[in-house]
Amino acid sequence: MSIVLSVRNLQTHFYSEDYVVKAVDNVSFDLRRGETLGIVGESGSGKSVTNLSILRLIPYPPGKVVGGEVLFNNQDLMKLSEKEMRKIRGKRIAMIFQDPMTSLNPFMTVGTQLMEITELHEGLSKVAARKKAIEMLDLVGIPDASRRIDDYPHQFSGGMRQRVMIAMALSCKPELLIADEPTTALDVTIQAQILELIKDLKEKTGTSVILITHDLGVVAGMTDHIAVMYAGKVVEYAPTTELFSTPKHPYTQGLLKSVPDPLVEQEKLFQIPGMPPDLSNLPKGCPFSPRCSRVMDKCQEFPPVKQINAQHYSACWLDD
Amino acid sequence: MSATTTDKKELVSGTSLWQDAWRRLKKNKLAVLGAIVLGLMIIASLIGPLLSSYTYDQINLDISSEGPSWQHWFGTDQLGRDILVRSLIGGRISLMVGFVATAVSFVIGVSYGAISGYFGGYVDELMMRIVDIIYSLPYLFLVIVLLAFFTKSIFMLFFVLGAVSWLTMARIVRGQVLSIKNQEFVEAARAVGVDTPTIIFRHVVPNTLGPVIVYTTLTIPNAMLSEAFLSFLGLGVQPPLASWGTMVNEGIAAISVYPWQLIFPGLMMAVTLFSLNFLGDGLRDALDPQTRKD
Repeated sequence: MSIVLSVRNLQTHFYSEDYVVKAVDNVSFDLRRGETLGIVGESGSGKSVTNLSILRLIPYPPGKVVGGEVLFNNQDLMKLSEKEMRKIRGKRIAMIFQDPMTSLNPFMTVGTQLMEITELHEGLSKVAARKKAIEMLDLVGIPDASRRIDDYPHQFSGGMRQRVMIAMALSCKPELLIADEPTTALDVTIQAQILELIKDLKEKTGTSVILITHDLGVVAGMTDHIAVMYAGKVVEYAPTTELFSTPKHPYTQGLLKSVPDPLVEQEKLFQIPGMPPDLSNLPKGCPFSPRCSRVMDKCQEFPPVKQINAQHYSACWLDD
Repeated sequence: MSATTTDKKELVSGTSLWQDAWRRLKKNKLAVLGAIVLGLMIIASLIGPLLSSYTYDQINLDISSEGPSWQHWFGTDQLGRDILVRSLIGGRISLMVGFVATAVSFVIGVSYGAISGYFGGYVDELMMRIVDIIYSLPYLFLVIVLLAFFTKSIFMLFFVLGAVSWLTMARIVRGQVLSIKNQEFVEAARAVGVDTPTIIFRHVVPNTLGPVIVYTTLTIPNAMLSEAFLSFLGLGVQPPLASWGTMVNEGIAAISVYPWQLIFPGLMMAVTLFSLNFLGDGLRDALDPQTRKD
């Protein structure tokens, strides 16, 4: 299968008056056509910034992509002009945001917002765009779409709004869909519906998906590969089943251990000791070392990315 | 068959923000009343003087300062001119000053503030410092210089008043934009490839309309009062032409003896401003989709 997106040594820094935050530090991963990649990590690990960098949506100042390549169908997005980039955003790479309550414009009907994309990218007339918008709302399971299209966002529930966002994102049949924590702000029952919808539409349209989340349960059933991020770096990258069965990096192991198992009676929930690192003041060497249960002297040096097998990489000194 | 035709009609038409706003405005009785009174005032000041047998500058010293009568409904002033006709002519000037000056300040203020707030950083810093500098100049001084620099026509007065009153508007809009531009829907719009001007004027500016409209309804009376003051200094409307402001000014001098010279033009001005406030209030509610109750 061909590779639709290849991120190579991406570096995004945020500049403040007296320090530099390396929010994304040498991140590399590949995504094959039609596959789903999960990006997992705790808050502030650089998941969202990585994806905003891909779309070149990092606000400058203070942020800036300082290095690396993002090859989208072998074309480096970092080298495109802003105008060329605008033609890719929404049309070939679409994005779903975390909070459906705020990601729709409260002053425009959902129809107008849906129509804007197809009018912009496909040059549809108002009538055609409106027809397409109703079609899309129907597709994402909004009942009575031809009536609801003239409603304002506040007349929709959170789950419905996220459906609208998905309809919007898929309007132009993008090759890549980036879903940035699409279910974090939703109820658990709605979460499952939305994930099912994304999965379903992905199969129908053949879109590749990047799913950003901090919920391991979400990625388990959805993704083909998983990249685990910590402190702006990808610390482990593996096929989903392999990552869950044989995690290599102590951080991944810790994450998996902290998922409660309903079948085992536990006194106390496992947690990784310590706090998420301060990105402006990272420890020397491996950023996870202060919290790692298997820390060694070697960890003072930065660990290389080791290939464990054809598709499994881990950035750790450990051998087993 | 009929079902499909209505479906098709719905499919094509849709509703824009303005259509919706209009529908909601119509339900607000006070706003409708305000619009009607304002409309009548505009029509009266445009047509009224043509229907009267007097003209605004027709002096007749025999009937100087007479009270209201069947010949002169609003009475006459010191020079025996008909106050009704003068009030209507004055209404033309005052309404025009109000609307043109406000429109100018609206266009400049909203665009300037929105651009400044949206781009932020150095652009914002520079643009807002320019506003601060203009703010710090004495308002009157600025108006006088501008009026002296350009031709001293009445239209120039409208633009000059607008050109000095956009500053507060720019600040209000900038403040609103600063908070709105960080909301996710702006990022979402950027993520679907909308260009910056469209984002500013289609996605961000409509969200600032609430406070903007309230401020606009305050700018109109302000412009009218400034005009009266400038006319008093000889920079605005020149006699024998009148505006509500100049008539009220003259009326005050004679308030204890000939109160109608103050009351009638003052009443017309007050009624107009009241209607404007009701209309503005209604507009603000109508333009906010979240206030609708149906």
